[in-house]
Amino acid sequence: MRYLSDVAALTRKDLLLELRAKETIPAMLLFVLSALTIFHFAIPRGSSDVAALGLLWVAIVFTSLLGLTRAFVPEREQGLMDALVLAPCDRSTIWLGKTIAVIAFLGIAEVVALPAFTLFFSGLTLKTVAAVALADIGIAAVGTLTGAMAVAGRARELIQPLLFLPLSIPVIVGGIGASATAGPKFLLFLALYDTVFVLLSWAAFDFVAAEA
Amino acid sequence: MVRARNLSKRFDTRRIFDKVDIDLDVGGFLLVTGPNGSGKTTLLRVLAGLAAPTGGELELPVRGEIGYLGHEPLVYKQLTPHENLTLFARLYRVPDREQRIRSLLERFALWDVRDKEVATFSRGMQQRLGLGRVLLHEPKLLILDEPFNALDTAGAALLDEELATRSARAVVVATHDPERVEGLATERLGFA
Repeated sequence: MRYLSDVAALTRKDLLLELRAKETIPAMLLFVLSALTIFHFAIPRGSSDVAALGLLWVAIVFTSLLGLTRAFVPEREQGLMDALVLAPCDRSTIWLGKTIAVIAFLGIAEVVALPAFTLFFSGLTLKTVAAVALADIGIAAVGTLTGAMAVAGRARELIQPLLFLPLSIPVIVGGIGASATAGPKFLLFLALYDTVFVLLSWAAFDFVAAEA
Repeated sequence: MVRARNLSKRFDTRRIFDKVDIDLDVGGFLLVTGPNGSGKTTLLRVLAGLAAPTGGELELPVRGEIGYLGHEPLVYKQLTPHENLTLFARLYRVPDREQRIRSLLERFALWDVRDKEVATFSRGMQQRLGLGRVLLHEPKLLILDEPFNALDTAGAALLDEELATRSARAVVVATHDPERVEGLATERLGFA
């Protein structure tokens, strides 16, 4: 119960920070809409829907990278990881609180991005929407962990994409697979990715936070 | 409270400090002095449990019993003083949370601005809030790194008072200005 109360306090803090600063979500919205607009004009008329869906997943991954790069900015700029790791709460609550906030930011970006995609390209199936929701969990879990690793490193702006992008390749494979093929195989693949990486990130955060 | 034997810290091959011994009990006051870059901050981070020593033995209170104030006030600038203290009070499981927050904000003359964003505060006000944060959970070991640097006269007087009435805790202070707390020190550690 205390664990959940700590997670709620930390998530509330991250949502409040974004509500006040209004930096991450507007940037993500602008980026994803710009990317989709560019893709709309870049891909030739008559290209397949699968190609367009591939671009949707590229836009989602890079939009999430933008949000994730900013996830630990307050802690990094103001040295606040020190204050958080000294608190007697389980350190994984810091990761979970941040991950939930990142999922919320991604969700808001996608509420705008998915209708924009249907406007520019083609309609979306329910399965694609489910794949996006599943992908958000994995992206936020892994990206929050790599974001915390980047806080500890010197070349922070480089470390986050270098760590996150290779780990997000299975999300793109699963996402496009779920969008373009029949059957639940790729949705299950995304669910498995989420399970594995949520558990790994949850367990590893204590060590990462100790170094941050 | 704090026991260190042959404590050392290196970054790669660079020696930061070596063979440091500390014995500090409740009511004790360790004054750490030395020029910039001499290793004071690194020692304080090791004593706070924020950095691991590379050698020696170290005995510290458990995590929630340490209060650490570094060069930054370690508060969220986009939140208000009340929101900051509420967050840390929840994480530190402070009993009678609202009452404790109110008493600290009043003590550090921040009650009237409790709902304003910290980003609008002067550096001195932010440092006073940082002190409020670090005292919120009544730590048994209080570690302060150059705490007088950003404080105005009133804030420094409040800190003097807090340090003088430290009976329930041990205190470690690193400062360029040792005269200010010289009379309180029970232990001294000088870095060259």
